[in-house]
Amino acid sequence: MKYVDEFRKREEAQGLLRKIREISRKEVSIMEICGTHTHSISRYGVREALPPNIRLISGPGCPVCVTSAADVNRLLDFSRSRRDVVIATFGDMMKVPGSSSSLQEEKARGGDIRVVYSPLGALDIAREDTGREVVLFAVGFETTVPTVAATMLAAREEGLRNLSVLSLHKLTPPAMRALMDTGEIEIDGFICPGHVTAIIGAGAYGFLATEYGSPCVVAGFEPIDAIMGIYMLVKQLEEGRKDIEIEYDRVVTWDGNLKAQEVMRKVFEPADSLWRGIGNIPGSGLRIRDEFSDMDAEKRFSIPPGEDAEPRGCKCGSVLKGLITPDACPLFAKACTPEFPIGPCMVSSEGTCAAFFKYRRAA
Amino acid sequence: MTKDVKTILLAHGSGGSHSRRLVEDLFAKAFTNPLLAPLNDQAVFASPSGRLAFTTDSYVVKPIFFPGGDIGKLAVCGTINDLAVGGAEPLYLSASFIIEEGLPMDELERVVASMAKTALDAGVMIVTGDTKVVERGKGDKLFINTAGIGRVDGSLDLAPTNIKAGDSVIVSGTMGDHGIAILTHREGIRMETPVESDCAPLHTLAKAVLDSAPSGVRAMRDPTRGGLATVLNEFAASAGLSISVREDDIPVKDAVRGACEILGFDPLYLANEGKLVLVVSKESTDAALAAMRSHQYGRDAAVIGTVEEGPKARVLIETSIGNRRILDMLSGEQLPRIC
Repeated sequence: MKYVDEFRKREEAQGLLRKIREISRKEVSIMEICGTHTHSISRYGVREALPPNIRLISGPGCPVCVTSAADVNRLLDFSRSRRDVVIATFGDMMKVPGSSSSLQEEKARGGDIRVVYSPLGALDIAREDTGREVVLFAVGFETTVPTVAATMLAAREEGLRNLSVLSLHKLTPPAMRALMDTGEIEIDGFICPGHVTAIIGAGAYGFLATEYGSPCVVAGFEPIDAIMGIYMLVKQLEEGRKDIEIEYDRVVTWDGNLKAQEVMRKVFEPADSLWRGIGNIPGSGLRIRDEFSDMDAEKRFSIPPGEDAEPRGCKCGSVLKGLITPDACPLFAKACTPEFPIGPCMVSSEGTCAAFFKYRRAA
Repeated sequence: MTKDVKTILLAHGSGGSHSRRLVEDLFAKAFTNPLLAPLNDQAVFASPSGRLAFTTDSYVVKPIFFPGGDIGKLAVCGTINDLAVGGAEPLYLSASFIIEEGLPMDELERVVASMAKTALDAGVMIVTGDTKVVERGKGDKLFINTAGIGRVDGSLDLAPTNIKAGDSVIVSGTMGDHGIAILTHREGIRMETPVESDCAPLHTLAKAVLDSAPSGVRAMRDPTRGGLATVLNEFAASAGLSISVREDDIPVKDAVRGACEILGFDPLYLANEGKLVLVVSKESTDAALAAMRSHQYGRDAAVIGTVEEGPKARVLIETSIGNRRILDMLSGEQLPRIC
């Protein structure tokens, strides 16, 4: 398959891993921000193939996982109080446990909750039955936001009045800054998300190099992309460079997708946002602009905030900050499994705990 | 069939004249055979000699028509396949229909015609059945249950507990076609090369393999829900051995791989409705593979791995870039209502 097979070639992958072993001298900690990288690295056994002086830390890059407990409970409260409303959500949100249930359980109890594969799925539902309110629970990073914005613009253009959006979107660069500012964790360099950067452009990470002295490499998600990204970052660290480099240059540019950025800006503006494990990060969320307030579910239904309570014993917060690996959580693979998840990192396919659980290294 | 009634009514399940007409004009005509013809509450037949296999399955696939098949074809093939993987020759099926009020009559007719054709082609008879109608909104168009009886040859012994270290693992063709066909059709995802369900009756393929290696076939399954990964884990657990497979050797259609890349699925966990997974002895591997490849439903058959002493009850996969990891069972639900 074109654009896939050439990035999964055994000889090339093993050759790159050999080159990493050859040049790597320093003890370095590298954070892969994106959950899709975590998944790919685990699926292809990349972590274990690296020399022991290179530590890979998984970052807060799974949108479902970083959605705060307060927001999860808020979704559940809303679903319980408004059974007349159709709720459209991405599949991974269905199983995230809140304080007393999950969307999956609310659906079984009578909530009309439907899984959509793209925001346009919510548009279709709204078109089919214009007499019913449809609320899209919009969770996601910069990759998802333009399609949500485009969906809202399409709904407005068509004059659809029954579709609204609850914006729980998160922005990547402010979270990276917040992580560095906590001082809790030593990160020598970042593997930056390929598709988020396709939208925002690699220039968005400039502050990490200039203000924090952290080199960055934007990498794609195929195993050879990830390994090449690690090689480029290790090379920078060994040579003492602090550059923003693009490995994923078949997709990513310095300025990003200007058209998508414009659509985003038209509908959304930055706002503070609550992250699981990290807390409030200024300017890390997106609120719907006043011009679109009729499509803002928060205003339309006066949705109050939910209870901010983490599941008992769950260490997702520390996992998301990269402070611990999942196997250091006492619940991991015992009380908490993909079948019976306690924290969101075990639920989402992009979650660090799920990736660690699913792709445990062959003993 | 009925010229006047174009829709299923509650009356069609009442046991009265509408029911009678539905049975006589539609089901009995389509499934016609001497055991069904008396239209009694049971089919009576002479018991075949030797051992019998008996199985049942319910079909709730949504949508009821999909590329490569429909709920009727699936209901016949699925039960034939459950018999076939036990080494049984399928003989008789039952078919029960739970129909939602308001189902267009022509849709029911198409499903029934498809069942009749599939059964005829496969050489099995649908000999008894039942029809119920539920109120509109209380079902979802059509649910079908089929049960089946088959004859098992005297000495045949297929069981994962027979699996031994050194055995080969074979699949009969590409993985994940059915799951992706249903999903892309249901979600209206248009593909450059649309994927069709692999839904097919596998008893002649199973027989061909068993004939080619009479004592070499250890175990056989059809990897439906949970896919190949789940079957391999069940094999490894029952045998108390380790199974090692190579990702590059597992046949997957490009269109299925593409859809999986886009949607975030793994073809090894997707349902198949026309594929076999077998464990055969090392000595019988070539004969079994050749027998499968010369059958219309086994052309893409491939050896994908071996059984090893290794860590007990574990499945290991060598990824395309050459590292090894554990291939786990499916946990939770990947796709609802696919069969």
